[in-house]
Amino acid sequence: MLDPAGVAVRLGSLATAPAHVTVRRLCKSFGNSTIYDGFDLDIPRGRLTSIFGPNGCGKSTLINMIAGLIPLDAGEILFAGKRLNQIKFGYVFQNYREALFPWLRSFGNIEYPLKVMKLPKTERRTRVERLVTHLGVKIDLSQYPYQLSGGQQQLVSIMRALVVEPEILFLDEPFSALDYEMTLFMREQLQRIFMETGTTTVLVSHDLEEAVYLADRILLLSRNPARIADFVTFDLPRPRDSQTLSDGQFVSTKAHCLDIFQQEVRRT
Amino acid sequence: MNHDRLNLYLPVVGVVALIVLWYVAVWGKVVDPVLLPSPVDTFRAMWTGMVGGKLGSDFLVTVQRTVYATLIAAGIAIPLGIFLGASERLYRSVEFVVDFFRSTPASAMFPLFLVIFGVGDRTKILVAAFGAALVILFNVAYGVMNARKTRLLAAKVMGASRLRILTDVMLLESLPQTFVGLRNGVSLALVIVVVAEMFIGSTDGLGNRVFEAQQLFAMPDMYAAIFAAGALGYGLNLLFLSIERRFVHWAGK
Repeated sequence: MLDPAGVAVRLGSLATAPAHVTVRRLCKSFGNSTIYDGFDLDIPRGRLTSIFGPNGCGKSTLINMIAGLIPLDAGEILFAGKRLNQIKFGYVFQNYREALFPWLRSFGNIEYPLKVMKLPKTERRTRVERLVTHLGVKIDLSQYPYQLSGGQQQLVSIMRALVVEPEILFLDEPFSALDYEMTLFMREQLQRIFMETGTTTVLVSHDLEEAVYLADRILLLSRNPARIADFVTFDLPRPRDSQTLSDGQFVSTKAHCLDIFQQEVRRT
Repeated sequence: MNHDRLNLYLPVVGVVALIVLWYVAVWGKVVDPVLLPSPVDTFRAMWTGMVGGKLGSDFLVTVQRTVYATLIAAGIAIPLGIFLGASERLYRSVEFVVDFFRSTPASAMFPLFLVIFGVGDRTKILVAAFGAALVILFNVAYGVMNARKTRLLAAKVMGASRLRILTDVMLLESLPQTFVGLRNGVSLALVIVVVAEMFIGSTDGLGNRVFEAQQLFAMPDMYAAIFAAGALGYGLNLLFLSIERRFVHWAGK
């Protein structure tokens, strides 16, 4: 998770970051609407990539296909040459309430993927505890999810995704069910987690400010069938904070993204 | 604070009102005194009947039959419901049969069960088990089928096998609905057992007690037996509710 090589890659220039996920000739349609038709994409390794685009353009569909939740009609998705079942990845759902297991305590939820991997109990325990100290999480993990606040629940499901030490972390609009205060707090948590682990992260967001603020790269999708409208680089150093929101580079990047977004929305 | 404590006593209001109304009816001779004994006579009959009387032993016999019937029903219906519910197509193909027999009054099956199993405990328990099993089956199957898709996806995305998803997610997801089925099932089993005890060559049980008291025109005894049956039904429901709260603490959260 914290190998020196990974850090070195992260310090390298954004443009030269090697592709971690390669999507080739992807096709997908639902009924009569074609969502993807010969779509190609390279997601860089060790970066946080946000996906943003018009409603219903297939943002979530894209990461769901990459994470194997829905089948592709055609095309190929590889992870540095490997298939999905050869890599470890984490996935965080938008609806934490329905994604967590309410019959397990928070600790049990976080260790569940390790149980699936058939790790012995002591090792599961050590790994969860290591992750908790590593992230500096201050939640009483003996509580059931429904006893926690929304943000804490989502933090638990992010930890459940991270405990397997994934190569890639997918987040599907993870904060959209939270109130604004909690969203701001969770953005900081996610940024810290990303800085700590350097895990390749793919974030679907419907909030442009969030998409730009958290990202190294912002993938802007067009209307259906989706194309890459732009794949913007935003390399303001981390940690970013509330000052970032008024930084010139942030403002101009966000304005650029909004411009492209609006062009795409107006296109009929 | 004071208000909250008063609210605790709200359920008592209805009980007191009913007893007062009863007293007034007896005292004012609104109803023929032969048909409506006073509350005191009724509760005395209940007390003497339950403590060392025939009512007590009949009560226990009915409890035993209802519990056996429910256990047999649950033992068959829960595994079968999980099996059928795990594949929606499979359940759809037997749904009509389940719904049809679920809608058939189990009392209509008495003669058939009598012919097959003869007069005796076995018949009463099995008819009740038959009725309860279909109710439980249908609830368990729906509980499994309606497992939250996100939760199943979450388990799948973590690499859980189909079997693991079934045991770790679907089963637990179906528990709240399973308990609904068990509560309905035990209520239905009690109804069927009591009816069976009234008719088919019965010599014991609460149904028999009500029927016998009526035949002998022992009205306080009859009311006592009716109340005992009511208390049993209410108690069984309460028992299952408290088990449910313990085991399915997350339901609805």
